[in-house]
Amino acid sequence: MKYYTKEHEWLSLDGDVAVVGITQFAADALGDVVFVEVKPVGSTVVALEAVGVVESVKAASDIYTPVSGEVLEVNSRLADDPGVTGVEPEGAGWLFKLRIADASELGQLLDEAGYAALVGASGGH
Amino acid sequence: MTVAEATLLYTPLHALHLARGGRMTAFAGYEMPLQYAPGILAEHLHTRAAAGLFDVSHMGQIELRPRSGDVLDAALALEGLVPADIAALGVGRQKYGLLTNTEGGILDDLMIANLGDRLLLVVNAACKAADLAHLEAHLSRTCSVEALEDRALVALQGPAAEAALARLAPAVADMRFLDVREVELLGAACTVSRSAYTGEDGFEIGLAADRALDLARALLEAPGVLPVGLGARDSLRLEAGLCLYGSDLSSSTTPVEAALEWTIQKTRRPGGARAGGYPGAAIIGGQLASGAARRRVGLRPQGRAPVRAGARLFASEQAPEPIGSVTSGCFGPSLNAPVAMGYVDVGHSRVGDGLFAEVRGARLPVVVAPTPFVPNTYRR
Repeated sequence: MKYYTKEHEWLSLDGDVAVVGITQFAADALGDVVFVEVKPVGSTVVALEAVGVVESVKAASDIYTPVSGEVLEVNSRLADDPGVTGVEPEGAGWLFKLRIADASELGQLLDEAGYAALVGASGGH
Repeated sequence: MTVAEATLLYTPLHALHLARGGRMTAFAGYEMPLQYAPGILAEHLHTRAAAGLFDVSHMGQIELRPRSGDVLDAALALEGLVPADIAALGVGRQKYGLLTNTEGGILDDLMIANLGDRLLLVVNAACKAADLAHLEAHLSRTCSVEALEDRALVALQGPAAEAALARLAPAVADMRFLDVREVELLGAACTVSRSAYTGEDGFEIGLAADRALDLARALLEAPGVLPVGLGARDSLRLEAGLCLYGSDLSSSTTPVEAALEWTIQKTRRPGGARAGGYPGAAIIGGQLASGAARRRVGLRPQGRAPVRAGARLFASEQAPEPIGSVTSGCFGPSLNAPVAMGYVDVGHSRVGDGLFAEVRGARLPVVVAPTPFVPNTYRR
């Protein structure tokens, strides 16, 4: 099951562990990713707070965690190859893994259809 | 989407930007391409490797025609507003200068070309109305001051620029850096300068608006030429250590604070043949002699995190008070590293001085660095 935020993050669930990244729509809007930073492993994060940043040549974009929890892992590939987040944001360019604190928060997120409607409504660029 | 968007102006190349898939953005009242499909990173690298074609038609082009018929009179009149030796600017040559205010601040930066019977100024888009009023108020007795309307300006930059333009006019290959010539391209009268805002060799070409599409299309057919947007224009100029008015220069920064003393030739400095005589001369003259309290410097962040405009600069990780701030910062694609410039207290402005930039609450090490960050390739 995949969930989305209005701020263009995705969350994919495996038991109580979530993988989080930015959506293809966000990556397209941002352009080439040149730097990614996420709070370190062990950090406790609260739903919808800024937990990191994805930067292009020209701009920085905050990353918000879709749900609360503990950061279990940060994608180690991004230190040397942040560009992968721009190219495969919903695959190899994932950002971090999270142990979910409160599964009921998932109910606040969008599903695939809801996110597609949001992105469609904003009309791209 | 804002209401103001409805009132954005279009350049003569607007249709071409749309046809080439430009991602459009508002800039200085114009709808301009931020980037095309390849993106800022690829466009930046392409310009350094081959050639980029930039639409800079939003910039102001202003002619000063001397009422006496002698271009020297226009040059001397303009020296009353610009602290540069414009009288010494030969026919067919161009130089960079600054319009100053009575406090010694910079009203705008501009290119000044001597076309033999007149001077041609190229000024920033956001400043052009104010510049025109300023020039008219002070120069009308000696010159007619005319903003060229219905005019386009394109920049062709990079190592493939010369070959691309020489296909249309072989003689441009003989031009040196900061030469200016009136050249016919595809039957259109053009003003061509060998000048750049990228650090690369290249040309800037002014021509009638209704001939600009033909020229741009012809240049884009040349080997290695791709359209490049404002995003890469900004990262290219920052790597080249060049200032952006409104970010790195303003009406409250002086030429000395901005480390642009080199634009003020000896003749205009205290003791020179035509010393002073421009707005703010007493303040700027004093700073030329004894320096200013703060200074613009190049900055190299030591990690990979870009340090952006507005970031405060500190002398140490613990220091309570900032000693400066960043005015431009981005990731430099050619360096594959972040680059920035900013103003610091003069005691922290030596190349090699270690500072800290505040980014998202953390203090990241940066080092004062020489500019340009990327060596320029001008054909001198």
